[in-house]
Amino acid sequence: MLRFISGKFLFMLLSMFLLITATFFLMNAIPGSPLQGEKATSEAVQKNLEAYYGLDKPLIVQYGKYLENLLHGDLGISMKMKFRSVDKMIAESFGPSLRLGITALITSVVVGCILGILAAMHHRKLLDNLAMTIAVIGLAIPSIVLAPTMQYFLGTKLGWFNVAGLDGPLDYVLPTIALASGPIAFIARLLRSTMIEVLGSDFIKTAKSKGLSGYVIVVKHAFRNSMLPVVTYLGYLTAGIITGSVVVENIFAIPGIGKHFVTSIIDRDYPLIMGITIFYAAILMLTRFLADVAYVLVDPRMRSGGKVGK
Amino acid sequence: MSSTHELSKMRSDELTPDLFEKLDRDDVRVDTVSRASLTAWQDIRMRLTSNKLAMFGFFLIIVMVLLAIFMPFIWPFDHYTNNLTNTNKPPDAKHWFGTDDLGRDMFERVWMGARISLFVGVAAALIDLVIGIIYGGIMGYYGGKIDEVMNRFAEILYSIPYLLVVILLLVVMEPSLTTIIIAMSITGWVNMAWIVRGQVMQLKNQEYALASKALGAGEMRIIFRHLIPNAMGPILVTLTLTIPNAIFTEAFLSFLGLGVQSPVASWGTMINDGVGGLFYYPWRLFFPAIFLSIVIFAFNVFGDGLRDAFDPKLRK
Repeated sequence: MLRFISGKFLFMLLSMFLLITATFFLMNAIPGSPLQGEKATSEAVQKNLEAYYGLDKPLIVQYGKYLENLLHGDLGISMKMKFRSVDKMIAESFGPSLRLGITALITSVVVGCILGILAAMHHRKLLDNLAMTIAVIGLAIPSIVLAPTMQYFLGTKLGWFNVAGLDGPLDYVLPTIALASGPIAFIARLLRSTMIEVLGSDFIKTAKSKGLSGYVIVVKHAFRNSMLPVVTYLGYLTAGIITGSVVVENIFAIPGIGKHFVTSIIDRDYPLIMGITIFYAAILMLTRFLADVAYVLVDPRMRSGGKVGK
Repeated sequence: MSSTHELSKMRSDELTPDLFEKLDRDDVRVDTVSRASLTAWQDIRMRLTSNKLAMFGFFLIIVMVLLAIFMPFIWPFDHYTNNLTNTNKPPDAKHWFGTDDLGRDMFERVWMGARISLFVGVAAALIDLVIGIIYGGIMGYYGGKIDEVMNRFAEILYSIPYLLVVILLLVVMEPSLTTIIIAMSITGWVNMAWIVRGQVMQLKNQEYALASKALGAGEMRIIFRHLIPNAMGPILVTLTLTIPNAIFTEAFLSFLGLGVQSPVASWGTMINDGVGGLFYYPWRLFFPAIFLSIVIFAFNVFGDGLRDAFDPKLRK
């Protein structure tokens, strides 16, 4: 098991390195210098600027420097917002994004699991149909539609929520729903189908014949054994929430990383685009790795080989 | 404990007298098969057509495709002429979906957007299909070292977050319909390749493949004439479910301003434009938003139905 985990870890580092390399060379493949503004600058000023940003050195040296800086957590300087370092900008805007992201993550898992369990326990009955209808709708309406629609009806028309910002706890409601609706639907469907299969298996019959209560059977036996696909999904869930947050933060004017990301794309602020891409990728790969580790810990078949775990 | 009750009712294996029915010996015809004999495809079609939700999705897809193809020809307005005396008009008899900030007819623009969304979805899915079948077919058929190396490469591609790659590529390349499809295909095919690989691995040792080999058929013939057609079920399902994802991705990219450029507008671009004026001109958001949701819904339920129809475990 230790071998499996260390293998995954090395693989994560390799992917990360490849992404950083690809990002660097892609950004350098863009024709024209990012320092060429609309105003003509004198030769000397141009040279000075290039030296300041280190653009006068050969590409491979720039690449080495970039990697070295990355190790110190230095992501360079934003080109549009002069004298602001990218890592500071990310650090400052990470708070709101993280709080919203965690809220959405927990909501997705909890609500998704509850819907999935209810649907599986009441297979082919009213509750099942209801839960699955919610799930299909949740899958069909993307965040770029759901967020502005809720903002319009619940924010403007009914006035129940603020349409922008992330100041009070009530401000979390709409962005969280916008982020979590898709993942809730996905988890509910995933858990339902696995759980229906598990509920039909022999060990559930054994548990039932031992006289265990329905609650114990569902929570301790069926749910635990249906969780594996959900655990695997957690890595992709994070990806979905990050993607969603880019949209949702813009629509609800939340000062998070997603908002910076869109601005950086519109401004073609390359260091900022690179910095945020690498930051996002790092979070994603880390969660995927943690999901792999969690999978090993949850799956009893994987546990038997190693000494770590229980 | 109501849940115990539920469980026991759900999985009741008890044999009670009312489950049995007395039959006269003469009524039983053991020598005839009561159920019509169906080929695999007939059975799948039957199960698919009996799934109401899936057929509804299929119907929606057909309607949307037809409207997207023909509506722009029929409708009297075009999608690019500005009419600055007629901006931001709410829906009326002349402009069914109102007009946008440049006075362009939204009804026409919605159907032009439908063309783009559907085209991107289908094109991206087809490219995934071609690359996935070739790559996955070779991986699965040859196995061993070739499989290991090719699989490692696919894994590395897959481990890099999909949308980040697409965004990076689009930042670098000139945004256009072609570049969007290329950017989406660069890592998008991996999933399809794995599906094909799994199927081929499972099928390649079956008797008919071995028989074909014994008759001297070439490897390419075995892969493409025998293995791929038999693996068509999961491939079709993956294909159908790739389309809504591609449509969503395109809308997302357009929302970020990385999509097709004006005056052509996809649904994502229109939604992005609509968000700005949401409080005054809500129709500019809602029409593209509704149709985007309908198309994603239709492909998802149809894909689900297809998957259920192909799943032998769900056979009754």
